[in-house]
Amino acid sequence: MELRYSESEEQFRAQLREWLEATLPTLSPEPGREAWPERRTWDTDWQRRLFDAGYAGLAWPSEFGGRGASPTEQLVFLEETTRARAPYVGVNFVGTLHAGPTLIAEGTDEQKSAHLPRILRGDEVWCQGFSEPGAGSDLASLRTRADRDGDDYVLNGQKIWCSFGQIADFGEFLVRTDPNAPKHKGISWLILPMDTPGIDVRPLRTVLGSSEFSEVFLNDVRVPVGNRVGAENDGWRVTNVTLSFERGTAFVSELVDSLRLVEDVAPLVTDPAYRRELGRCAAEFDGLWALTKRSISQAVRHGAPGAGAMVTKLAYSEARQRFGELCLRVLDRGALAIDGNELVEERLRTLALTIAAGASQIQRNIVSERVLGLPREPR
Amino acid sequence: MDLELSDDQVALRDGIASLLAGRFGSDRIRAGFDRVMWDELAAAGVFSLGADGFGWADRVVVFEELGRACVPGPLVAGSLAHGSVEGIVGGVDRAAAGEVAMVEHLDALDRVLVLDDDGIAAVDAAAVDGDPSPWPLDPLTPVTRVASLPAGERIGDAALARDWRRQGSVLTAAFALGLATRGTELAVEYAKGREQFDRPIGSFQAIKHLLADMLVRAEVARAAVYSAGAHLDDPELPGLDRSIATAKVLACEAAIVNGKSATQVYGGMGFTWEVDVHLYLKRAWVLDTHFGSVEHCSDAIAKSLPSR
Ligand SMILES: Cc1cc2nc3c(=O)[nH]c(=O)nc-3n(C[C@H](O)[C@H](O)[C@H](O)COP(=O)(O)OP(=O)(O)OC[C@H]3O[C@@H](n4cnc5c(N)ncnc54)[C@H](O)[C@@H]3O)c2cc1C
Repeated sequence: MELRYSESEEQFRAQLREWLEATLPTLSPEPGREAWPERRTWDTDWQRRLFDAGYAGLAWPSEFGGRGASPTEQLVFLEETTRARAPYVGVNFVGTLHAGPTLIAEGTDEQKSAHLPRILRGDEVWCQGFSEPGAGSDLASLRTRADRDGDDYVLNGQKIWCSFGQIADFGEFLVRTDPNAPKHKGISWLILPMDTPGIDVRPLRTVLGSSEFSEVFLNDVRVPVGNRVGAENDGWRVTNVTLSFERGTAFVSELVDSLRLVEDVAPLVTDPAYRRELGRCAAEFDGLWALTKRSISQAVRHGAPGAGAMVTKLAYSEARQRFGELCLRVLDRGALAIDGNELVEERLRTLALTIAAGASQIQRNIVSERVLGLPREPR
Repeated sequence: MDLELSDDQVALRDGIASLLAGRFGSDRIRAGFDRVMWDELAAAGVFSLGADGFGWADRVVVFEELGRACVPGPLVAGSLAHGSVEGIVGGVDRAAAGEVAMVEHLDALDRVLVLDDDGIAAVDAAAVDGDPSPWPLDPLTPVTRVASLPAGERIGDAALARDWRRQGSVLTAAFALGLATRGTELAVEYAKGREQFDRPIGSFQAIKHLLADMLVRAEVARAAVYSAGAHLDDPELPGLDRSIATAKVLACEAAIVNGKSATQVYGGMGFTWEVDVHLYLKRAWVLDTHFGSVEHCSDAIAKSLPSR
């Protein structure tokens, strides 16, 4: 076991740090809440700068514009960008962290060259159209139909909780291509251009009063069959590839951010009992950071991370909620106004952590069945 | 950066695990700690790992296995004192003036190491006068109430005491990690076998979720403990004390909460003397009092964070 990074990794760190120091002061001020087109411009501008400097798609193969960096260099990247308070991936989340990686793993050459470089350059923003009003945890029960008509699919149905749907260019959409097959066997994974006629995106209001996610209504939406990723009716397998990225690596940046936030909040915490709780939260985040490093070490050594990687999202969501609750208590009545109070906003935001990308109850089912080998529930 | 066991560490772990499985089954463990056990562990090299060229990360791997087997005895003290004190040694943090010290395993000891902020003293066990508890919390950790500890012979200065506290914390955390891990294994085995309502109780979500959370706690703690072990091998890296306290907090809490959850999964059996689960939980409570509890270590971490 060894905690130090290699010389070449430290060199990578030093270069990155220098670049961040030079670049961050040149960014324009962040747009305000609810200014979605401006948000898109700002986030994709950052993505473009990363791309130009060779830091976009660190883990992606170089043939798609990525850097082909080692997993450990990705960790260093997260450490440094968070320490420097660089922008968060924002609207590029789906494209860079799970739709893109899914295309790399499952897409055709055409699909890869059409989308991957554009995602990395910040030219293309993606959203995720998996959930439906009747299909959340039981995602495979989704009902949006895709009927074959010549070289097109014709889509009809409704999606929900589609984050950044109102500003996305493309979506990863799950549709039912065989209504007669058992529910896991009739699904296909499609690339949906969001400007296709027949798509109606209607924003929903979150507990924060914000509107980053939407309902998406699909009315006779024609999509070329060539937009399918993976075989027809094999979409559930592709979905699991996407979810493994979404629930796995995508959370690491949040974790590093939590470590930063603990340092930021600490000076406000003076009461001994709250201070103790803060120490306890820091231990949890430090432990999760060690777990992230351990999972990466295991992936490097064995080709796959161990059981620990499966528990990261579960443990992280609970830890961050616990920390969020502490922040609220520390503010006391100061927490009664959200405006100008990042920590209150933060507490509300963390309510979603145990729900989004697979609710914690579902994660526990998965961990107990796949890692501990317990019997499945009768379903 | 590498927090996975090396091939050598895997061999070390498997070696000690098979030794423990062969010679330290439940009956032997339940018979408690004695000189024969000490000699056997010493012959197996448990205390001399440092002298034999193993690092702290390696020792962590061994102590995790000792914890999984719930081996009783002053193992951490024996490991720290190896080479500097003869005989069977136990350790105790000097209680605040006027407070009664609870000395563990006194009857089996030759020497008691007394740690305080100024240094380490070695006291002849025979010279320690106390009142043995007829009913210790952990039946495998006998304790003696000692009103006043003799001054003894000074064998180390404040710097050594600080180092021993750091190292002792990490080994204790590793042992606690083993307890947490075994607690999970025992409960999972039981949940797969025990049937109610015509199916294994492990198919009920209420049980599955307890078990999943046990695994989560143990895995997060494992990463923290390995990281702290590697940190002791490279103490120049910043944040040593914080990483040690983190390991101690997460491992002891995992051991305690997993012990409690395992009891729940076992139902009525979990409340019996016969099932091993209580031994794991009780040891976890004992270890939480060594080198700072979950709360005290959380305070120490908080101190390392910025303050106004
Ligand atoms: C902030 C946010 C952003 C999101 N963004 C997107 C997005 O961009 N695209 C997208 O497709 N989706 C998105 N989602 C949707 C998200 O994936 C779902 O909300 C989630 O999978 C849960 O589904 P549901 O909301 O229908 O809840 P339900 O499935 O109705 O669950 C309700 C409760 O029942 C529990 N439950 C359900 N089934 C079981 C079971 N078998 N055993 C035990 N408990 C059970 C759940 O754990 C939960 O507590 C987002 C959600 C949030 C909160």
